[in-house]
Amino acid sequence: MFTVEKIRNDFPILTQQINNQPLVYLDSAATSQKPQSVITATEVFYTEQNANVHRGRHTLSEQATTAYEQTRDKVAHYFNVQSREIVWTKGATEALNLIANGLTEQLDKNSSIVITPLEHHANIVPWQQLALKTGAKLHILPLEPDATLNVAACVEFLDQVKPSVLTLTHASNALGNITNLSPLLSAVKDFNTITIVDGAQGAMHLQPDLKTLDCDFYVFSAHKMLGPTGVGGLYGKYERLNALQPYQTGGEMIETVSLLQSTFRDAPAKFEAGTPNIAGVIGFSAALDYLTALDKKAVYDYEQMLFNYVVDKLNDIDGITIYSNLEHNIGTICFNYRDEHPFDIATLLDGFGVAVRSGHHCTQPLMAHLGINGSVRASFCFYNTHQDIDIFINALHECIALLD
Amino acid sequence: MNKTFKELAYTLNNSPAWQQKYREIMLLGKQLPTMPEVLKTPDALVPGCESKVWLYLEFDLQENCLVIIGDSDTRIVKGLLALILSLYNGLTPSQVLAINAFEEFQKLGLISHLSPSRGNGIKAIVERIQAMAEQKSL
Repeated sequence: MFTVEKIRNDFPILTQQINNQPLVYLDSAATSQKPQSVITATEVFYTEQNANVHRGRHTLSEQATTAYEQTRDKVAHYFNVQSREIVWTKGATEALNLIANGLTEQLDKNSSIVITPLEHHANIVPWQQLALKTGAKLHILPLEPDATLNVAACVEFLDQVKPSVLTLTHASNALGNITNLSPLLSAVKDFNTITIVDGAQGAMHLQPDLKTLDCDFYVFSAHKMLGPTGVGGLYGKYERLNALQPYQTGGEMIETVSLLQSTFRDAPAKFEAGTPNIAGVIGFSAALDYLTALDKKAVYDYEQMLFNYVVDKLNDIDGITIYSNLEHNIGTICFNYRDEHPFDIATLLDGFGVAVRSGHHCTQPLMAHLGINGSVRASFCFYNTHQDIDIFINALHECIALLD
Repeated sequence: MNKTFKELAYTLNNSPAWQQKYREIMLLGKQLPTMPEVLKTPDALVPGCESKVWLYLEFDLQENCLVIIGDSDTRIVKGLLALILSLYNGLTPSQVLAINAFEEFQKLGLISHLSPSRGNGIKAIVERIQAMAEQKSL
């Protein structure tokens, strides 16, 4: 049973007033809000448990190490993979950089990397850099005019390119569109392709079973999954993961060090140089507990209901153009009003206490594909309500009245 | 400080509802002449803004004053630019240095628009104007 009123009580920030009006937070694609349990876990860690991990033999350090490693187990459980296949990073962006850098020695001028025009800059730029470094060729999957991927066309494209690396977003951060991953991942099965899925948006809304999905890598950010900022990570199929070169070197990741050479530990340790964000990981542990206690199906249905409701309301407004796919969407709506600048709309909405994002959403190639410079994005989470949408739509009407 | 800004400030301070204030600001933007396309060079584009903001700064040696032309593709930023121009345009370097835009925006209840997170370029524009005034007053 899913009761949004009960859920909202767990998120203290949602009772905030912005400009003397109740906060309507529609920017969860940028970062999700945090339940009290996450806030408390972080506070308790610093108040009672703070110590470094994997180092001291004293009680606090052992407790911190246990809690830290238990969170790795929780993430592994969440994605249905093994704990040793989870690496901590500061977020999805660092995770993608870690993978791209780690592949440097595996690629050369005969290699090919395939990306999509839907990607966040974080899943474009590291591959451009890798192509520059290795001489590999960068290919772009064809995208339909409405910014969806035509599976048949993509499969044919992949069959021709036979890529060394294929990287896809699980869900577009700008549009919310869900990628139909399975046929695309299957299409490269025979080519020994290294497959990467950007789960920054999908990890919470879609809770994927990575064993079933069968990609080689999957990256995520804790702060988009109710957890603290500055933590995230990646899943890597163990053989593929351990084959990556380390991205950073230093303490914790080494086995032995002499002044002239060092040997590295195996994954995941070899990718975790330096003291990690321990408090962040501990906070994320509470976030994972919160997410896994929810009825996954009920949450998904509720988010879809909110999405359909806002789509209906926006469609009623003359002059609104919606860019998001309405059938397969995690609950993010991307739109413009006539030729008004999204900056003006977002600034005025803020006056009504409504938090949305405006701009290119770190997806300039996608915006160029859609023929726009930017858009307004309202992104939903299961703590939003129908009333939030009513307030948002009323505010939007008032903004339009101010602009017209 | 020239009279026009005082007049604008009076109007804004007598717009109690924030909606009215924004309406006035957008009206100011509408009244600001469009910048000639030839002046919209890559150099004039203020970097790092979500909206496109152009600033053309020149020093008139004969009159010993700053000539400021600005434009933006958003209504609100263009209106804020109009306010900045009314503060500084045509003033001598020492006059410019005597005016603190942050204080003036604070008084108008618009200080949040000069915060770094807004990314609207207004803060960068004020800094550029002040930098030129400082350089010319040496």
